[in-house]
Amino acid sequence: MLDFSNITGWIHDLLASFMAPWLVVLTECVLIGVGLLLAYSLLALFYIYFERKVCAAFQCRLGPNRVGPFGLLQSIADMFKILIKELISLKHTDKFLFALAPYLVIAASMLAFAVLPWGNGLQVIDFNIGIFFLIAVSSIGVLGILLAGWSSNNKFTLIGALRSGAQMVSYELSIGLSVITMVAFAGTMSVPGIVAAQSECWFIFSGHIPAIIAFIIYMIAGTAETNRGPFDLPEAESELTAGYHTEYSGIHFGFFYLAEYLNLFIVAGVASLLFFGGWMPLHIPGWEGFNDVMNYIPGPIWFIGKAVALSFVIIWFKWTFPRLRIDQLLALEWKYLLPINLFNLILMVLVIVYGLHGPVVPVQ
Amino acid sequence: MVSLAIFGIENNSILAVTALLTGIALVALAMLIAKLIGPRSFNPQKGEAYECGIPTRGNSMTRFSVGYYLYAILFLMFDVEAIFLFPWAVRVRDLGSAGLISIAVFLGFLILGLAYAWRKGALSWK
Repeated sequence: MLDFSNITGWIHDLLASFMAPWLVVLTECVLIGVGLLLAYSLLALFYIYFERKVCAAFQCRLGPNRVGPFGLLQSIADMFKILIKELISLKHTDKFLFALAPYLVIAASMLAFAVLPWGNGLQVIDFNIGIFFLIAVSSIGVLGILLAGWSSNNKFTLIGALRSGAQMVSYELSIGLSVITMVAFAGTMSVPGIVAAQSECWFIFSGHIPAIIAFIIYMIAGTAETNRGPFDLPEAESELTAGYHTEYSGIHFGFFYLAEYLNLFIVAGVASLLFFGGWMPLHIPGWEGFNDVMNYIPGPIWFIGKAVALSFVIIWFKWTFPRLRIDQLLALEWKYLLPINLFNLILMVLVIVYGLHGPVVPVQ
Repeated sequence: MVSLAIFGIENNSILAVTALLTGIALVALAMLIAKLIGPRSFNPQKGEAYECGIPTRGNSMTRFSVGYYLYAILFLMFDVEAIFLFPWAVRVRDLGSAGLISIAVFLGFLILGLAYAWRKGALSWK
Protein backbone atom coordinates (compact mmCIF):
# COMPACT_ATOMS: atom_id res chain seq x y z
CA MET A 1 0.00 0.00 0.00
CA LEU A 2 1.20 3.50 -0.81
CA ASP A 3 2.58 5.03 2.38
CA PHE A 4 2.44 8.82 2.41
CA SER A 5 4.53 9.07 5.57
CA ASN A 6 7.52 8.19 3.35
CA ILE A 7 6.89 11.34 1.31
CA THR A 8 6.25 13.62 4.29
CA GLY A 9 9.22 12.05 6.10
CA TRP A 10 11.41 12.79 3.07
CA ILE A 11 10.26 16.44 3.06
CA HIS A 12 10.89 16.56 6.81
CA ASP A 13 14.46 15.26 6.39
CA LEU A 14 15.07 17.71 3.54
CA LEU A 15 13.90 20.66 5.66
CA ALA A 16 15.76 19.47 8.76
CA SER A 17 19.04 19.33 6.80
CA PHE A 18 19.33 23.13 6.58
CA MET A 19 16.90 24.60 9.14
CA ALA A 20 16.68 25.02 12.90
CA PRO A 21 14.21 22.54 14.53
CA TRP A 22 11.62 25.19 15.44
CA LEU A 23 11.77 26.60 11.91
CA VAL A 24 11.21 23.11 10.48
CA VAL A 25 8.03 22.67 12.55
CA LEU A 26 6.86 26.15 11.57
CA THR A 27 7.44 25.50 7.86
CA GLU A 28 5.66 22.17 8.08
CA CYS A 29 2.70 23.76 9.84
CA VAL A 30 2.49 26.40 7.10
CA LEU A 31 2.64 23.65 4.45
CA ILE A 32 -0.14 21.75 6.24
CA GLY A 33 -2.21 24.92 6.50
CA VAL A 34 -1.86 25.68 2.78
CA GLY A 35 -2.71 22.08 1.95
CA LEU A 36 -5.80 22.16 4.16
CA LEU A 37 -6.91 25.46 2.67
CA LEU A 38 -6.54 24.15 -0.89
CA ALA A 39 -8.27 20.85 -0.16
CA TYR A 40 -11.08 22.64 1.68
CA SER A 41 -11.84 25.19 -1.01
CA LEU A 42 -11.39 22.81 -3.96
CA LEU A 43 -13.71 20.26 -2.34
CA ALA A 44 -16.30 22.95 -1.64
CA LEU A 45 -16.18 24.10 -5.28
CA PHE A 46 -16.47 20.52 -6.48
CA TYR A 47 -19.40 19.85 -4.15
CA ILE A 48 -21.34 22.90 -5.32
CA TYR A 49 -20.93 21.70 -8.92
CA PHE A 50 -21.73 18.10 -7.94
CA GLU A 51 -24.91 19.03 -6.09
CA ARG A 52 -26.14 21.20 -8.96
CA LYS A 53 -25.48 18.47 -11.52
CA VAL A 54 -27.16 15.76 -9.40
CA CYS A 55 -30.12 18.03 -8.69
CA ALA A 56 -30.44 18.75 -12.41
CA ALA A 57 -30.34 15.06 -13.24
CA PHE A 58 -33.15 14.36 -10.78
CA GLN A 59 -35.27 17.08 -12.36
CA CYS A 60 -34.50 16.09 -15.98
CA ARG A 61 -32.46 19.25 -16.60
CA LEU A 62 -28.87 19.66 -17.79
CA GLY A 63 -27.51 21.77 -14.95
CA PRO A 64 -24.52 24.10 -15.39
CA ASN A 65 -22.97 23.42 -18.83
CA ARG A 66 -21.78 26.76 -20.28
CA VAL A 67 -18.69 27.80 -18.29
CA GLY A 68 -15.81 25.48 -19.16
CA PRO A 69 -16.13 21.85 -20.29
CA PHE A 70 -19.34 20.33 -18.86
CA GLY A 71 -19.75 23.50 -16.80
CA LEU A 72 -16.84 22.50 -14.58
CA LEU A 73 -15.69 26.10 -14.10
CA GLN A 74 -19.15 27.31 -13.09
CA SER A 75 -18.52 27.18 -9.35
CA ILE A 76 -15.17 28.99 -9.74
CA ALA A 77 -16.99 31.75 -11.63
CA ASP A 78 -19.60 31.82 -8.85
CA MET A 79 -16.85 32.15 -6.26
CA PHE A 80 -15.41 35.21 -8.03
CA LYS A 81 -18.89 36.68 -8.40
CA ILE A 82 -19.58 36.30 -4.69
CA LEU A 83 -16.20 37.88 -3.82
CA ILE A 84 -16.96 41.10 -5.73
CA LYS A 85 -20.42 41.55 -4.18
CA GLU A 86 -20.97 44.34 -1.71
CA LEU A 87 -20.86 43.59 2.02
CA ILE A 88 -23.92 45.47 3.25
CA SER A 89 -23.56 46.97 6.72
CA LEU A 90 -26.83 46.75 8.62
CA LYS A 91 -28.20 49.15 11.21
CA HIS A 92 -29.70 46.98 13.92
CA THR A 93 -27.30 44.06 14.11
CA ASP A 94 -24.95 43.19 16.95
CA LYS A 95 -21.80 44.04 14.94
CA PHE A 96 -19.31 41.91 16.89
CA LEU A 97 -21.35 38.70 17.04
CA PHE A 98 -22.48 39.21 13.44
CA ALA A 99 -18.84 39.23 12.29
CA LEU A 100 -17.82 36.42 14.67
CA ALA A 101 -20.40 33.84 13.50
CA PRO A 102 -18.72 32.90 10.15
CA TYR A 103 -15.38 32.41 11.94
CA LEU A 104 -16.95 29.88 14.32
CA VAL A 105 -18.73 27.99 11.55
CA ILE A 106 -15.66 27.77 9.28
CA ALA A 107 -13.18 27.03 12.11
CA ALA A 108 -15.39 24.19 13.41
CA SER A 109 -15.69 22.57 10.01
CA MET A 110 -11.97 23.07 9.28
CA LEU A 111 -10.99 21.35 12.56
CA ALA A 112 -13.31 18.43 11.81
CA PHE A 113 -12.00 18.32 8.24
CA ALA A 114 -8.41 17.98 9.49
CA VAL A 115 -9.22 14.79 11.43
CA LEU A 116 -10.39 12.83 8.37
CA PRO A 117 -8.05 10.02 7.20
CA TRP A 118 -7.11 10.73 3.58
CA GLY A 119 -4.64 7.93 3.17
CA ASN A 120 -1.93 5.91 4.84
CA GLY A 121 0.03 8.54 6.79
CA LEU A 122 -1.96 11.33 5.17
CA GLN A 123 -3.92 12.60 8.13
CA VAL A 124 -3.36 15.93 9.82
CA ILE A 125 -4.67 15.65 13.39
CA ASP A 126 -4.07 12.22 14.91
CA PHE A 127 -5.17 12.31 18.55
CA ASN A 128 -5.68 8.98 20.28
CA ILE A 129 -9.25 10.19 20.95
CA GLY A 130 -9.60 11.26 17.28
CA ILE A 131 -13.27 10.47 16.64
CA PHE A 132 -14.30 12.03 19.98
CA PHE A 133 -12.36 15.18 19.06
CA LEU A 134 -14.15 15.25 15.71
CA ILE A 135 -17.60 15.13 17.33
CA ALA A 136 -16.57 17.75 19.89
CA VAL A 137 -15.29 20.30 17.36
CA SER A 138 -18.06 19.78 14.83
CA SER A 139 -20.62 20.69 17.51
CA ILE A 140 -19.04 24.16 17.79
CA GLY A 141 -20.63 24.90 14.41
CA VAL A 142 -24.11 25.11 15.95
CA LEU A 143 -22.89 28.00 18.10
CA GLY A 144 -21.96 29.94 14.98
CA ILE A 145 -25.40 29.33 13.49
CA LEU A 146 -27.18 30.39 16.70
CA LEU A 147 -25.03 33.54 16.91
CA ALA A 148 -25.68 34.36 13.25
CA GLY A 149 -29.44 34.11 13.73
CA TRP A 150 -29.52 36.00 17.02
CA SER A 151 -27.16 38.83 16.10
CA SER A 152 -28.93 39.59 12.80
CA ASN A 153 -31.88 41.00 14.75
CA ASN A 154 -34.44 39.73 12.26
CA LYS A 155 -37.49 37.57 12.95
CA PHE A 156 -36.73 35.12 10.16
CA THR A 157 -33.14 34.59 11.22
CA LEU A 158 -34.13 34.11 14.87
CA ILE A 159 -36.68 31.42 14.02
CA GLY A 160 -34.27 29.78 11.59
CA ALA A 161 -31.45 29.74 14.13
CA LEU A 162 -33.65 28.31 16.90
CA ARG A 163 -34.98 25.56 14.66
CA SER A 164 -31.47 24.82 13.53
CA GLY A 165 -30.15 24.76 17.09
CA ALA A 166 -32.90 22.41 18.33
CA GLN A 167 -32.40 20.16 15.31
CA MET A 168 -28.62 20.02 15.45
CA VAL A 169 -28.32 19.35 19.18
CA SER A 170 -31.01 16.66 18.97
CA TYR A 171 -29.48 14.81 16.07
CA GLU A 172 -26.01 15.12 17.55
CA LEU A 173 -27.13 12.53 20.12
CA SER A 174 -27.91 10.01 17.40
CA ILE A 175 -24.59 10.69 15.68
CA GLY A 176 -22.78 10.31 19.01
CA LEU A 177 -24.52 7.05 19.89
CA SER A 178 -23.90 5.56 16.43
CA VAL A 179 -20.24 6.52 16.79
CA ILE A 180 -20.12 4.93 20.28
CA THR A 181 -21.58 1.74 18.82
CA MET A 182 -18.80 1.57 16.25
CA VAL A 183 -16.12 2.62 18.76
CA ALA A 184 -17.21 -0.29 20.95
CA PHE A 185 -16.86 -2.57 17.94
CA ALA A 186 -13.43 -1.22 16.93
CA GLY A 187 -12.12 -1.00 20.51
CA THR A 188 -10.36 2.30 19.87
CA MET A 189 -11.17 5.97 19.35
CA SER A 190 -8.09 6.81 17.29
CA VAL A 191 -8.90 7.36 13.62
CA PRO A 192 -5.95 5.35 12.18
CA GLY A 193 -6.82 2.64 14.71
CA ILE A 194 -10.40 2.41 13.43
CA VAL A 195 -9.11 2.24 9.85
CA ALA A 196 -6.56 -0.45 10.77
CA ALA A 197 -9.25 -2.51 12.53
CA GLN A 198 -11.06 -2.75 9.18
CA SER A 199 -8.06 -3.95 7.17
CA GLU A 200 -9.55 -7.41 6.74
CA CYS A 201 -13.20 -6.54 6.35
CA TRP A 202 -15.18 -3.29 6.49
CA PHE A 203 -17.34 -2.83 9.59
CA ILE A 204 -20.56 -2.67 7.62
CA PHE A 205 -19.90 -6.28 6.51
CA SER A 206 -18.27 -7.63 9.67
CA GLY A 207 -20.49 -5.84 12.21
CA HIS A 208 -23.56 -8.07 11.85
CA ILE A 209 -27.00 -6.39 12.21
CA PRO A 210 -26.11 -3.64 14.75
CA ALA A 211 -23.57 -2.09 12.34
CA ILE A 212 -26.23 -1.83 9.63
CA ILE A 213 -28.74 -0.25 12.04
CA ALA A 214 -26.06 2.18 13.26
CA PHE A 215 -25.24 3.06 9.64
CA ILE A 216 -28.86 3.82 8.74
CA ILE A 217 -29.33 5.94 11.87
CA TYR A 218 -26.03 7.71 11.21
CA MET A 219 -27.05 8.62 7.67
CA ILE A 220 -30.44 10.00 8.81
CA ALA A 221 -28.88 11.96 11.66
CA GLY A 222 -26.03 13.17 9.45
CA THR A 223 -28.51 14.55 6.93
CA ALA A 224 -30.26 16.41 9.72
CA GLU A 225 -26.95 17.62 11.16
CA THR A 226 -26.04 19.32 7.87
CA ASN A 227 -29.49 21.00 7.65
CA ARG A 228 -30.17 19.28 4.37
CA GLY A 229 -32.69 17.25 2.53
CA PRO A 230 -36.00 16.59 4.25
CA PHE A 231 -34.61 18.28 7.37
CA ASP A 232 -33.94 21.70 5.82
CA LEU A 233 -36.60 23.56 7.77
CA PRO A 234 -34.08 25.95 9.38
CA GLU A 235 -33.70 27.49 5.93
CA ALA A 236 -37.11 26.67 4.51
CA GLU A 237 -37.12 29.27 1.74
CA SER A 238 -40.89 29.35 1.38
CA GLU A 239 -41.40 30.36 5.05
CA LEU A 240 -38.18 31.93 6.32
CA THR A 241 -36.55 33.65 3.28
CA ALA A 242 -33.17 31.96 3.84
CA GLY A 243 -33.21 31.02 7.52
CA TYR A 244 -30.37 32.03 9.81
CA HIS A 245 -28.23 33.64 7.07
CA THR A 246 -30.92 35.92 5.60
CA GLU A 247 -29.08 39.10 6.60
CA TYR A 248 -25.65 38.03 5.37
CA SER A 249 -24.52 39.34 1.98
CA GLY A 250 -21.68 38.64 -0.42
CA ILE A 251 -18.82 36.49 0.82
CA HIS A 252 -20.23 36.66 4.36
CA PHE A 253 -23.07 34.47 3.12
CA GLY A 254 -20.57 32.45 1.12
CA PHE A 255 -18.92 31.20 4.31
CA PHE A 256 -22.14 29.57 5.52
CA TYR A 257 -22.64 28.10 2.07
CA LEU A 258 -19.05 26.78 2.06
CA ALA A 259 -19.36 25.28 5.55
CA GLU A 260 -22.65 23.62 4.64
CA TYR A 261 -21.09 21.75 1.71
CA LEU A 262 -17.97 20.88 3.69
CA ASN A 263 -20.13 19.54 6.50
CA LEU A 264 -21.81 17.32 3.93
CA PHE A 265 -18.37 16.00 2.99
CA ILE A 266 -17.36 15.58 6.65
CA VAL A 267 -20.53 13.64 7.52
CA ALA A 268 -20.03 11.39 4.48
CA GLY A 269 -16.32 11.07 5.30
CA VAL A 270 -17.01 9.99 8.89
CA ALA A 271 -19.58 7.48 7.61
CA SER A 272 -16.98 6.05 5.26
CA LEU A 273 -14.44 5.98 8.11
CA LEU A 274 -16.73 4.18 10.57
CA PHE A 275 -18.53 1.78 8.25
CA PHE A 276 -16.57 1.53 4.98
CA GLY A 277 -12.99 1.46 6.19
CA GLY A 278 -11.84 5.05 5.54
CA TRP A 279 -9.02 4.83 3.01
CA MET A 280 -8.79 1.03 3.42
CA PRO A 281 -9.29 -0.81 0.10
CA LEU A 282 -12.06 -3.38 -0.27
CA HIS A 283 -10.76 -6.62 1.20
CA ILE A 284 -12.60 -9.92 1.17
CA PRO A 285 -11.17 -12.45 3.69
CA GLY A 286 -9.62 -15.35 1.82
CA TRP A 287 -9.46 -13.73 -1.61
CA GLU A 288 -5.72 -12.97 -1.60
CA GLY A 289 -5.37 -12.12 -5.30
CA PHE A 290 -8.36 -9.80 -5.27
CA ASN A 291 -7.06 -8.05 -2.12
CA ASP A 292 -3.63 -7.52 -3.73
CA VAL A 293 -5.20 -5.95 -6.82
CA MET A 294 -7.32 -3.65 -4.62
CA ASN A 295 -4.20 -2.57 -2.73
CA TYR A 296 -2.83 -0.99 -5.92
CA ILE A 297 -5.58 1.66 -5.87
CA PRO A 298 -4.23 4.47 -3.65
CA GLY A 299 -5.95 5.37 -0.35
CA PRO A 300 -7.07 8.92 -1.20
CA ILE A 301 -9.03 7.62 -4.22
CA TRP A 302 -10.80 5.09 -2.00
CA PHE A 303 -11.59 7.67 0.65
CA ILE A 304 -12.85 10.39 -1.70
CA GLY A 305 -14.74 7.81 -3.75
CA LYS A 306 -16.58 6.48 -0.71
CA ALA A 307 -17.27 9.96 0.65
CA VAL A 308 -18.65 11.21 -2.68
CA ALA A 309 -20.79 8.09 -3.10
CA LEU A 310 -22.26 8.56 0.40
CA SER A 311 -22.86 12.27 -0.18
CA PHE A 312 -24.69 11.32 -3.37
CA VAL A 313 -27.04 9.29 -1.16
CA ILE A 314 -27.57 12.31 1.12
CA ILE A 315 -28.30 14.53 -1.90
CA TRP A 316 -30.67 11.84 -3.15
CA PHE A 317 -32.64 12.11 0.14
CA LYS A 318 -33.13 15.80 -0.53
CA TRP A 319 -34.80 15.25 -3.89
CA THR A 320 -36.91 12.31 -2.71
CA PHE A 321 -38.54 13.22 0.60
CA PRO A 322 -40.78 16.20 1.38
CA ARG A 323 -39.75 18.59 4.17
CA LEU A 324 -40.70 17.65 7.75
CA ARG A 325 -42.46 19.88 10.28
CA ILE A 326 -40.60 20.78 13.47
CA ASP A 327 -42.76 18.49 15.65
CA GLN A 328 -42.29 15.57 13.24
CA LEU A 329 -38.57 16.25 13.14
CA LEU A 330 -38.14 16.24 16.91
CA ALA A 331 -40.46 13.24 17.34
CA LEU A 332 -38.41 11.29 14.80
CA GLU A 333 -35.27 11.89 16.83
CA TRP A 334 -36.50 11.57 20.41
CA LYS A 335 -39.21 8.92 20.02
CA TYR A 336 -37.66 6.70 17.35
CA LEU A 337 -33.95 7.15 16.63
CA LEU A 338 -32.75 7.65 20.22
CA PRO A 339 -34.45 4.59 21.82
CA ILE A 340 -33.55 2.42 18.79
CA ASN A 341 -29.97 3.62 19.10
CA LEU A 342 -29.75 2.79 22.82
CA PHE A 343 -31.05 -0.74 22.22
CA ASN A 344 -28.76 -1.06 19.22
CA LEU A 345 -25.78 -0.30 21.47
CA ILE A 346 -26.75 -3.16 23.79
CA LEU A 347 -27.25 -5.40 20.74
CA MET A 348 -23.76 -4.50 19.55
CA VAL A 349 -22.28 -5.43 22.94
CA LEU A 350 -24.10 -8.78 22.76
CA VAL A 351 -22.62 -9.36 19.30
CA ILE A 352 -19.16 -8.51 20.63
CA VAL A 353 -19.44 -10.60 23.81
CA TYR A 354 -20.75 -13.69 22.00
CA GLY A 355 -18.36 -13.19 19.04
CA LEU A 356 -21.05 -13.22 16.32
CA HIS A 357 -19.22 -10.71 14.13
CA GLY A 358 -16.78 -11.04 11.23
CA PRO A 359 -13.01 -10.48 11.39
CA VAL A 360 -11.85 -7.38 13.28
CA VAL A 361 -8.12 -6.72 13.53
CA PRO A 362 -7.55 -6.19 17.27
CA VAL A 363 -5.86 -2.98 18.35
CA GLN A 364 -2.70 -3.51 20.36
CA MET B 1 1.05 -1.13 9.04
CA VAL B 2 -0.89 2.10 9.46
CA SER B 3 1.75 4.77 9.72
CA LEU B 4 2.49 7.75 11.91
CA ALA B 5 1.16 11.27 11.84
CA ILE B 6 2.02 13.70 9.07
CA PHE B 7 5.70 14.87 8.98
CA GLY B 8 6.22 12.76 12.11
CA ILE B 9 5.03 15.64 14.31
CA GLU B 10 4.39 13.99 17.68
CA ASN B 11 2.58 16.88 19.33
CA ASN B 12 -0.91 16.88 17.83
CA SER B 13 -1.95 20.02 19.70
CA ILE B 14 0.29 22.00 17.31
CA LEU B 15 -1.56 20.48 14.38
CA ALA B 16 -4.95 21.22 15.94
CA VAL B 17 -3.92 24.85 16.42
CA THR B 18 -2.68 24.90 12.79
CA ALA B 19 -6.06 23.71 11.56
CA LEU B 20 -7.85 26.28 13.73
CA LEU B 21 -5.64 29.10 12.44
CA THR B 22 -6.19 27.88 8.87
CA GLY B 23 -9.93 28.21 9.34
CA ILE B 24 -9.58 31.70 10.79
CA ALA B 25 -7.14 32.69 8.02
CA LEU B 26 -9.58 31.49 5.34
CA VAL B 27 -12.34 33.78 6.64
CA ALA B 28 -10.00 36.71 7.30
CA LEU B 29 -8.35 36.51 3.85
CA ALA B 30 -11.63 36.21 1.97
CA MET B 31 -13.09 39.12 3.96
CA LEU B 32 -10.01 41.22 3.17
CA ILE B 33 -10.24 40.48 -0.57
CA ALA B 34 -13.97 41.18 -0.58
CA LYS B 35 -13.48 44.50 1.24
CA LEU B 36 -10.73 45.52 -1.23
CA ILE B 37 -12.47 44.69 -4.51
CA GLY B 38 -16.13 44.85 -3.54
CA PRO B 39 -18.21 47.96 -4.37
CA ARG B 40 -19.61 50.15 -1.62
CA SER B 41 -22.64 52.35 -1.90
CA PHE B 42 -24.71 54.02 0.77
CA ASN B 43 -28.46 53.89 0.90
CA PRO B 44 -30.45 54.19 4.14
CA GLN B 45 -32.93 51.56 2.97
CA LYS B 46 -30.18 48.97 2.58
CA GLY B 47 -29.45 48.92 6.30
CA GLU B 48 -33.01 47.90 7.18
CA ALA B 49 -33.86 44.36 8.30
CA TYR B 50 -34.76 42.10 5.35
CA GLU B 51 -38.27 41.16 6.39
CA CYS B 52 -41.46 42.01 4.53
CA GLY B 53 -40.80 45.34 2.85
CA ILE B 54 -42.63 47.45 5.41
CA PRO B 55 -40.54 48.97 8.25
CA THR B 56 -39.76 46.33 10.87
CA ARG B 57 -41.71 46.46 14.15
CA GLY B 58 -40.10 45.92 17.52
CA ASN B 59 -36.87 44.21 18.47
CA SER B 60 -36.18 40.67 17.32
CA MET B 61 -33.77 39.86 20.17
CA THR B 62 -36.64 38.83 22.34
CA ARG B 63 -38.14 35.89 24.21
CA PHE B 64 -38.99 32.75 22.28
CA SER B 65 -40.90 29.49 22.71
CA VAL B 66 -40.04 27.50 25.84
CA GLY B 67 -40.15 24.25 23.83
CA TYR B 68 -36.63 24.85 22.59
CA TYR B 69 -35.30 25.04 26.18
CA LEU B 70 -36.87 21.69 27.06
CA TYR B 71 -35.03 19.99 24.22
CA ALA B 72 -31.82 21.75 25.21
CA ILE B 73 -32.10 20.37 28.78
CA LEU B 74 -32.84 16.86 27.50
CA PHE B 75 -29.88 17.16 25.13
CA LEU B 76 -27.62 18.08 28.03
CA MET B 77 -28.62 14.95 29.93
CA PHE B 78 -27.98 12.60 27.02
CA ASP B 79 -24.82 14.34 25.89
CA VAL B 80 -23.20 13.94 29.31
CA GLU B 81 -24.25 10.30 29.18
CA ALA B 82 -22.44 9.96 25.83
CA ILE B 83 -19.25 11.25 27.43
CA PHE B 84 -19.51 8.52 30.09
CA LEU B 85 -20.14 5.90 27.40
CA PHE B 86 -17.01 6.63 25.33
CA PRO B 87 -14.37 5.30 27.78
CA TRP B 88 -16.52 2.24 28.43
CA ALA B 89 -16.91 1.63 24.69
CA VAL B 90 -13.13 1.51 24.19
CA ARG B 91 -12.70 -1.23 26.82
CA VAL B 92 -15.87 -3.25 26.19
CA ARG B 93 -14.00 -6.09 24.44
CA ASP B 94 -11.91 -6.77 27.56
CA LEU B 95 -14.78 -6.31 30.03
CA GLY B 96 -16.93 -8.99 28.40
CA SER B 97 -20.27 -9.83 29.99
CA ALA B 98 -19.48 -7.80 33.14
CA GLY B 99 -19.33 -4.71 30.94
CA LEU B 100 -22.60 -5.68 29.31
CA ILE B 101 -24.43 -5.96 32.67
CA SER B 102 -23.01 -2.72 34.07
CA ILE B 103 -23.88 -0.72 30.97
CA ALA B 104 -27.32 -2.32 30.74
CA VAL B 105 -28.05 -0.95 34.24
CA PHE B 106 -26.73 2.49 33.26
CA LEU B 107 -28.69 2.61 30.02
CA GLY B 108 -31.75 1.23 31.82
CA PHE B 109 -31.79 4.25 34.13
CA LEU B 110 -31.39 6.58 31.15
CA ILE B 111 -34.22 4.93 29.25
CA LEU B 112 -36.35 5.30 32.41
CA GLY B 113 -35.52 9.01 32.37
CA LEU B 114 -36.46 9.28 28.72
CA ALA B 115 -39.69 7.37 29.38
CA TYR B 116 -40.50 9.78 32.24
CA ALA B 117 -39.94 12.81 29.99
CA TRP B 118 -42.06 11.16 27.29
CA ARG B 119 -44.88 10.40 29.76
CA LYS B 120 -44.79 13.98 31.06
CA GLY B 121 -45.23 15.23 27.50
CA ALA B 122 -41.84 16.91 27.19
CA LEU B 123 -41.25 15.21 23.86
CA SER B 124 -44.43 16.44 22.15
CA TRP B 125 -44.07 19.84 20.50
CA LYS B 126 -46.61 22.39 21.67
